[in-house]
Amino acid sequence: MSLFAPLQTWTSLDTWIILIGALAAMACALPGCFLLLRRQSLMGDAISHTSLLGIVAAFFVSHWLVEANVISPATELSVRHVAMCLGAAIVGVLSAWMTESLQKFGNVESSAALGVVFTSLFALGLLLIRAVADDVHIDPDCVLYGAIEMAPLETVGASGIPRAVFVTGVVLVINLLLTVMLFKELRLSAFDPALATTQGIPAHVMHYGLMGVTAMTLVAAFESVGSILVIAMLIIPPATAYLLTDRLPRMIGLSLLIAALSSVLGHVSALTLPTMIAESVGIPDVHDASTAGMMAAAAGFLFVSAMLLGPKYGLVSRVWHRLLLRLRIASEDVLGGLYRFEESAAASADVSLATERAAWLRSLTTQSWLTRLATWVLLRRRWLIGSGSDVQLTDAGREAARTLVRSHRLWESFLAKHFVLGTGRFHESAEQVEHFLDPALLAELDQDLDRPGVDPHGRAIPN
Amino acid sequence: MNESPVVDQEAMQEPPTRMVAIDAVESASPILIEDVTVAYHRRPVLWNIDYQAPSGKLIAIVGPNGSGKTTLIKAALDLVPRAAGQVLFFGEPYGQQRHRVGYVPQRTSVDWDFPVSALDVVAMGMYRKIGWLRPVSRKYREAAKQALDRVGMVDFANRQINQLSGGQQQRVFLARALAQNANLYFMDEPFAGVDAATERAIVDILRQLRESGKTVIAVHHDLQTVHEYFDEVVLLNMRLIAAGPTADVFTPDNLRKTYGGKLALLDQLGEKMAQPRSR
Repeated sequence: MSLFAPLQTWTSLDTWIILIGALAAMACALPGCFLLLRRQSLMGDAISHTSLLGIVAAFFVSHWLVEANVISPATELSVRHVAMCLGAAIVGVLSAWMTESLQKFGNVESSAALGVVFTSLFALGLLLIRAVADDVHIDPDCVLYGAIEMAPLETVGASGIPRAVFVTGVVLVINLLLTVMLFKELRLSAFDPALATTQGIPAHVMHYGLMGVTAMTLVAAFESVGSILVIAMLIIPPATAYLLTDRLPRMIGLSLLIAALSSVLGHVSALTLPTMIAESVGIPDVHDASTAGMMAAAAGFLFVSAMLLGPKYGLVSRVWHRLLLRLRIASEDVLGGLYRFEESAAASADVSLATERAAWLRSLTTQSWLTRLATWVLLRRRWLIGSGSDVQLTDAGREAARTLVRSHRLWESFLAKHFVLGTGRFHESAEQVEHFLDPALLAELDQDLDRPGVDPHGRAIPN
Repeated sequence: MNESPVVDQEAMQEPPTRMVAIDAVESASPILIEDVTVAYHRRPVLWNIDYQAPSGKLIAIVGPNGSGKTTLIKAALDLVPRAAGQVLFFGEPYGQQRHRVGYVPQRTSVDWDFPVSALDVVAMGMYRKIGWLRPVSRKYREAAKQALDRVGMVDFANRQINQLSGGQQQRVFLARALAQNANLYFMDEPFAGVDAATERAIVDILRQLRESGKTVIAVHHDLQTVHEYFDEVVLLNMRLIAAGPTADVFTPDNLRKTYGGKLALLDQLGEKMAQPRSR
């Protein structure tokens, strides 16, 4: 059975699942970006739990409104949904406020305060559900885990469009509008709350506003896709985007893209991967896995990829750039060594010099693989010609070597002029610095030293 | 605390004189601090501070660690609550004069890994002028660039802020304050951890600000440079030790009072006030 066989049975149901997942994930990623920058990502996790209390309260209210004949049972469902969002927002703001108060007045550290508040409010929500389980129909499992596979089945009227698409779509549009319109206010109050307040943007209002919006987003989304996916999407796409760019607008755009991609990747993997893995270990007839779980796992996979492969801060690129730098230093050391031998040979006819040179070149080939690689690169570049212990600088190689030796000696002269150090110490420092002096700095050094002809050891500084 | 009734009487006599002239607001002191007391967890950290800053001067707030220098600034700007007293800016409460008051916090007070460029940070000083819900337009970006130019940082406009050295970051903060174009600036340790070139650049900017009639109040740590950089000094150690022209106030005697052991008594009293039942 081929890997893509399960995809041949693709139906519109699968497309809807991906769409709902993507809309929910993108809606969560937007407030998630600002939570991440405020270092409050786990506040989202906490709110997703405490909002249970808001949901239960909303059930009470809508139930009570029907009993009291204020609304008809037919409209109860839609009233309940609005009440749920509002209730969650209120509880969200309340938990943020309680966490802060606990921190301030109880002298508790912030994560401990968060822990106290969110477990207590969550427990209170659970207790209330138990207390009224006979009266209202509410299933904690459904609230916590959701059921994205079932979400497309409940459609709106005759349109055939799942209700979940409307709900998550509306939340996404609201969050997009808020992010675009309040972009600069959100950015400033996250970066520098004190300045925000002095600029007339009350930082605490922005803080509680963000908490309220986060809570509403979470409730609207996790009814369709489950709270695990929602928490994952609140944190992972922004964290991934943060690794990939250092501009906020780009970070927000990328987090939306990553959120949507996680949804596609997650559902496709949910259809294909389990079958593949199960077959490879000899268990037939395994068809799919939890789509929500797979979407969260896909987001995690994208995060790890960004961590390893990110262009600027990725592990691979950092290792690669270090390697390139070490290679450059090794090859410059080879060039500099050869140049100094040429210099000595021109100054004296000492025969032992040639033997010394040959010995030095032989030592290069037995040295680290890096030096050997550097020599090979220099030969390929035609900065060196020859082989083994019979290597010569070409004109281009000599030019590069001259700049390097010039850097070395100018730096030594600079140290001698401005610092009181033993002459032996100049060399060590210059060995390191010579690789990093650029033409502009060299010109400045030259000027500072009034264009010296010789270094502190009395050797000529090449031009 | 015996003194406070006297201070209150003075405070009650003062308002009529301030209301005499119509342009009193214009001529009023950039900042008038009256009997301000601040407490953290019931423990007072600033006691009965009275101070009136002269206009168009560079003023240093000097005092040992924990003497309440930053707290005084934050209390003036309503960033921490005051237990008592009031602060007037140009004769009016802070709420009405926000636009004329600039604030440069300690460099370590923000997250320098935040994904913004130097230009973005400078533009933040103009958000009040730009107004709610409006994007930062080209006009303000240009103004931000000019402010960066004044501190010699225009070449770094598009750098992400964690790619700047400590001194460069401090200059970006200064440019943000310049962009704000306030009349009174508070700066919290503008010279902390900066290189010599930045220190000179900051001093130049401070002098330019003074020449254009602005007042700068800066928390300053380096006692050696107080005479050279500042016209006025406020010596603070939980209470106001002395304030006035540097030449008169910045004396060995006053410094001994500021840095000496005198505060032990206030400190003890503060501790008792924090735990009234245990003593």
